[in-house]
Amino acid sequence: MTAELVRGQNHPLSTVRLEIRVSAGTPVVAAATLSDENGHAQGVEWVAHPGSPTLPGLEVSRQAAADHRLAVDLDAMPASVHRVNVLLSLPTGDGGGPVSFGSVPPPAVRVTGLDGTEVAGYTVTGLSAESAVVALELYRRQGAWKVRAVGQGYAGGLAELLTDQGLPQAQQLAAGINEAVAQGLARSVPAPPPPPRAPDGDRSRQAAASALGPDQSGSAYGAQGATGCPAGAPTGSVPTGGPTDPVPAAAVPTDPATPQPAPPPPPATGGPVDYVHPGRRNAAPPPPPPTAPPAQPGQPAPPVAGDATGWSMEERLYNQVWGMFEDLARTTAAYRSAVDFADTRMERELDQVLSDPRSRIGGQGDAAREAAQARHIQLVDQARQALERDLVQLGAESDVVEPALPPAYARWDNPVWHAYRVPMEMPMALRLGDLHLPESDSLRIPMLVRLPLERGLWIDSGGTASAEEPFTDSHELRHLALVSAVAHTARLLAVYPAGEFTVHVIDPAGSGAQALAPLVRAGVLATPPAAGAAGVADVLGRLTQRVDLVQMAVRGGVADALPPGFDTSQQLLVVNDFPHGFDDRAVNQLRYLADEGPAVGVHLMLVADREDAAGYGPLLDPLWRGLLRLTPVPDDHLADPWVGHAWTYEPALVPPGSEVLQQVLAQVAIARTKHT
Amino acid sequence: MTKGQAISLQKNDGGSLTAVRMGLGWQAAPRRGLFGSRTREIDLDASAVLFADKQPVDVVFFRHLVSDDGSVRHTGDNLVGGVGQGGDDEAILVDLARVPVHIDQIVFTVNSFTGQTFQEVQNAFCRLVDETNGQELARYTLAGGGAYTAQIMAKVHRSGAGWTMTALGAPANGRTFQDLMPALVPLL
Repeated sequence: MTAELVRGQNHPLSTVRLEIRVSAGTPVVAAATLSDENGHAQGVEWVAHPGSPTLPGLEVSRQAAADHRLAVDLDAMPASVHRVNVLLSLPTGDGGGPVSFGSVPPPAVRVTGLDGTEVAGYTVTGLSAESAVVALELYRRQGAWKVRAVGQGYAGGLAELLTDQGLPQAQQLAAGINEAVAQGLARSVPAPPPPPRAPDGDRSRQAAASALGPDQSGSAYGAQGATGCPAGAPTGSVPTGGPTDPVPAAAVPTDPATPQPAPPPPPATGGPVDYVHPGRRNAAPPPPPPTAPPAQPGQPAPPVAGDATGWSMEERLYNQVWGMFEDLARTTAAYRSAVDFADTRMERELDQVLSDPRSRIGGQGDAAREAAQARHIQLVDQARQALERDLVQLGAESDVVEPALPPAYARWDNPVWHAYRVPMEMPMALRLGDLHLPESDSLRIPMLVRLPLERGLWIDSGGTASAEEPFTDSHELRHLALVSAVAHTARLLAVYPAGEFTVHVIDPAGSGAQALAPLVRAGVLATPPAAGAAGVADVLGRLTQRVDLVQMAVRGGVADALPPGFDTSQQLLVVNDFPHGFDDRAVNQLRYLADEGPAVGVHLMLVADREDAAGYGPLLDPLWRGLLRLTPVPDDHLADPWVGHAWTYEPALVPPGSEVLQQVLAQVAIARTKHT
Repeated sequence: MTKGQAISLQKNDGGSLTAVRMGLGWQAAPRRGLFGSRTREIDLDASAVLFADKQPVDVVFFRHLVSDDGSVRHTGDNLVGGVGQGGDDEAILVDLARVPVHIDQIVFTVNSFTGQTFQEVQNAFCRLVDETNGQELARYTLAGGGAYTAQIMAKVHRSGAGWTMTALGAPANGRTFQDLMPALVPLL
């Protein structure tokens, strides 16, 4: 029996265990205060809010959302509590959202039993300039509990509301709640997420690079030719990583766990139109980037870390690294083109000398030959000088940029990792290794990929084309592949905020126990590595179901309606020894995860030798192509997006003897326990 | 500047030009049809071809906006032209100091991609500008220039330590720079 209440009306409650469901159509903060018989809250410990979501018998959500379910157990309330006030408020924080309830649809609040049967409902109408409202109160009356529709709004927001509840520290408490909400917003499941962190400044030097289409390379690093296919597999269909058209930002896969400054309110039916650009950060202009000190006459300006566009130092460094990457690719292209030309010209001139009968007389032929060779040497020298000039400059830039990098961009041997703290925010990108070209062996460009990962990773444990002798031992190579997979996984775990990145491992034959030990020992895995066919089926089944569920929610526009307690963190599945233990069904599930997973925050890291899966024939080719291939040993298989040079990739590995990985994982583990 | 005239890009004060811009501007076609939806748009394209010893090495045009070495950059394809009051609708920037050592000539061309001849295009011009100070080095009026769909505009070539520009102004026909190659090579 549902009672639709009007303001001031009350209704008896037949049960003490209740759920209060809020649907507001726009993200709101739900909180509750407890009051004594005089209507006063006795202190901050009587307020359940996102920063402190649980009280005895009461739990509210940690973040702002369009829909809330508050669990209430009135029996568990202390005897001194006579009233439970259910509050709603609009999140403040960094702009963009509605500032008053007058501009959003009226929030509806329903009181239901645990089985979902509705007891009473109340739509909070008639609000205008208020930004906080006491929606309902549950109160004791002669030993029984009743609900009353209150609908008391406060134009002064939470602070005014809490003051009215008799809380002396109302101001600080309101500020604390807004702070907690702002942090929660950064990791909430947004309903229609805008393109993940695509700030305007990003289009400076590498717009095409950072937005390569998934059909091409997914990330900016294209697969390079034949080395992607051990044993000379057909290579015709491997993309060559040439320049491609940037994908419009709207086509970037939407991601449920993408941090974003403020999810834009969904268009409010009947409410005023929100003209705020959904991707626009409504923030103050960024502080100016560090500028290089004025150059000495005739000298290039000394390089400075962060000397690029961006809204934050992190973004500037990201853009600077990509700028260095492009500059090195282009200056090397100029050098190679000049040397090629010099070679061709010398050959042509030497041919002419040979075919000219006069050259057989006397020393004329020798003289012509020497002249051709001298011209060749001169041009190559000039080209080399131009290259050296640029390399010196880029080297100097690299020398200042490397030490300034944050952990996510830094090598494991960078001291910044020793000062590691679990971050509050996901970084823009992650360093997976170093890239270099043979002309400039000492100049290493950090290979940064955007987070959340746009495509899965394939750590190739098979023989590589360019690593000839040292790793003929396939057992050794497999071990190294898993070691580098563990290093990448640890890095991912470390750069995500606590509880926002969950790792599952499949190790069907248990052959990776030794390499996986750092992860297992630190206790940072969701579950111990799954073994055997049953373990494979179990993990794949759960992740497949998850992808399906989140997709449904995102498509239906009800991302807030995922089951309570649903783990919204990003998921990484590390598969060792693929396809050992995989039947056809499991392979299909894996392909599904590789295709559909990244858009909903489920990522794949496959440690595999392509040859082992040869039995599946061409069936798996799309899987390999869809993954970014990384090697455990240096290998030149990655192409840049501008010129398509073959860059030698070296994985980011922990230096031998260093304990940094263990130290970092220990901190991650501590933060995980605190979080859950 | 007249056809065939060469000017050195050495500056008067002895310094050498470091950056030049080739600009191309034209006026959009007038609106036609009931709702102005049936315009016949005019798409002119600017291109630059990089030669080493008369061999084409690289080309910068609307499908390849930056030369591989990064020294020549196209600011992007304009498909319809501007209001016709002087601004560049397409531009190609050349950083002469960064041009690879073996490149000795860069030729600038203009093509009418949509096929209108320069007689039909209003207020069309192309010009070369010293990018460091904005000074115009050469300017051609294309409009009313005859029943041609392309023009080989100018070349910038190495002479000694610096660069020299020679105005070519040779009319030609073609949709993209490829069509001009036969007409272009004899001018090198």
